[in-house]
Amino acid sequence: MEKLQYALFTGCTAKESTPEQLMSTYAVAEKLGIELVELSEASCCGASHLQDYDDFLSLVLNARNICYAESRGMTMVTICNTCQLNTAMTKHRLDKDPALKARVNEKLAEVGLEYKGTSEITHFLYAIIDDFGLDKIAEMVVKPLSQFNIAPFYGCHNIRPSELQNESHKKAENPYNPTSLDDLIIACGGVNVDYEEKNKCCGFHVELQAPKTASILTGNALMGAMDNNADWMVTPCPLCHLKLDTQYEHASHAVGRDVKMPVLHMQQMVGLALGCTPDELGLQHHVAEIDFL
Amino acid sequence: MSMQAITTQQVTFNVFRFNSETDYLPYYKQITMEVTSEEVVLDILDRIKWEHDGSFSYRRSCRHGICGACAVKVNGKGVLACKERMNDMIGLFGTELTIDPVSSKHAIKDMVVDKKDFWDKHEAVEPYLISEIEEHPEMECYVTPMESEALLESDLCIQCGLCHYACPVIEINDAFLGPAAFAKAFRFNADVRDEGIDERIGIVNQPGAGIWDCVKCFECAEVCPKEVNPIEKITKLHNQTFERNDAIDNVATRHAVGFAHSIKKHGLLDEGELVRYSEGNIGVLKHVPVAIKMWKKGKIVMPWNMPKSDKLDEIKRLVKSSSTVKF
Ligand code: SF4
Ligand code: SF4
Ligand code: SF4
Ligand code: FES
Repeated sequence: MEKLQYALFTGCTAKESTPEQLMSTYAVAEKLGIELVELSEASCCGASHLQDYDDFLSLVLNARNICYAESRGMTMVTICNTCQLNTAMTKHRLDKDPALKARVNEKLAEVGLEYKGTSEITHFLYAIIDDFGLDKIAEMVVKPLSQFNIAPFYGCHNIRPSELQNESHKKAENPYNPTSLDDLIIACGGVNVDYEEKNKCCGFHVELQAPKTASILTGNALMGAMDNNADWMVTPCPLCHLKLDTQYEHASHAVGRDVKMPVLHMQQMVGLALGCTPDELGLQHHVAEIDFL
Repeated sequence: MSMQAITTQQVTFNVFRFNSETDYLPYYKQITMEVTSEEVVLDILDRIKWEHDGSFSYRRSCRHGICGACAVKVNGKGVLACKERMNDMIGLFGTELTIDPVSSKHAIKDMVVDKKDFWDKHEAVEPYLISEIEEHPEMECYVTPMESEALLESDLCIQCGLCHYACPVIEINDAFLGPAAFAKAFRFNADVRDEGIDERIGIVNQPGAGIWDCVKCFECAEVCPKEVNPIEKITKLHNQTFERNDAIDNVATRHAVGFAHSIKKHGLLDEGELVRYSEGNIGVLKHVPVAIKMWKKGKIVMPWNMPKSDKLDEIKRLVKSSSTVKF
């Protein structure tokens, strides 16, 4: 197989509050022999809030980010669900509406860029499942996670709206019963935990304006995993991760129970199974300490 | 047209049963039957009643996906029973299926729910044309095809309630108006004949009840059988608020605006500054305990270490030239 190459859109979170996610992405890519070229020119995707204020500006900025994947002739890979949604949604809207694309390109021309629509956009989770292959990952596992019950937390913006998301998946994901992350857990030798909240929202996006709603949703997710005997949780979204890992006190308060539990990024889980060291995966950066190794 | 052979499969149904007059708690009844590939979910509901238990209750009227009465949940997925093919359900979930009302919390009898909260919220957004109409008009009020396209199909809503009861915020926050009511507010705001837009924005703009409490989970867009895409309409309402200068200066609006400021300065989002800007200098203090914990784990970037995008000049230029609103 030819070496897989992607243009990596890190998003902001991986460069600030979840440094462990960026470290573990690179660590896993190296183990799998995947080349990641960082889109250092990229701006913030607006995190599903900028478009509430100024939709057109959000489109222009996201289109600009995609331009830099196009100019490198690569598929863009994201490591945040919300980055994935915003970027894929921008692509979808521009590709199906030539007039809108022309308006956006008029602006991009000011800085010498043109959005063409030639790059695909996919989340790292689906890149390693669809392009690299689950079977091959399973073959490379040196430290199977067989003693752990692992609860997958999918995060909304990777699975909904499914019509958009499934444009970039090889195997359609059912948003009411997603399986990709479960399959990845199994490939890493772990035991996947089924629970009701696995495809529900963590509440991240209203943390500032509606903290009670946000804390209840986070608490419900942690509780669901706990009550189904999970040892830890795993998520592909750094925003979900922030909520589950750093906000457990508010969440515990909201649901009236201690719901503290270790939460790993999917890259860290794969990294552990492939034999990366805790340091390489940044496991020291968690607020809910990783106490099971 | 090729004719597909009709096939039959054995399916086990776990059916939600509850009578609010006699039962303390709901329970599930298991029924196994042969299901043919042509049947829809409503055929199954009919057969449960006709072949297994005459006391089983559910609503249906049009049988054509237009009255919205037959909404139920199959394995957690909200569907119009008369529209959803059993074949597709089996394809998605296999041959053991659970049938629930759209909201067990609102169940009166089996699949029949009390939708009062839904209708109250529907009414709250003034879902009708607000306009001064002459008593003796001389001509019709024209709406061009282009003008009606601006509704973005929000007029296709059949008030089935699927989005409303799929919304996680509705579950938690009794004041929240919900996706269907918001889509309806947009439907009239976008109508060229309507003059009630500022009034309606005043209603959907309220903290707690309004659009700012939406968690952006896309459950509403996913479930809607008419592709109304309520979250898209919620974004449009957000945009209308800023475009018409109706935005209230509060943590929610600043949270959206703060992104533009940060991108202009760094290309990337300055997380710490976003929280400070949104909450204000006093409000931000409540985040200090968590921030300290995060700082100890190397999760806080100090202002002087804030990373910046390469080619920041391009970003600054685009923010300047492509901005369409001011706050
Ligand atoms: S699960 Fe929460 S944080 Fe993750 S994408 Fe959805 S809303 Fe955002
Ligand atoms: S996107 Fe908003 S309105 Fe729609 S279901 Fe989620 S929280 Fe409710
Ligand atoms: S928006 Fe769609 S799901 Fe919601 S009530 Fe209307 S038709 Fe039903
Ligand atoms: S019976 Fe009317 S929508 Fe299904």
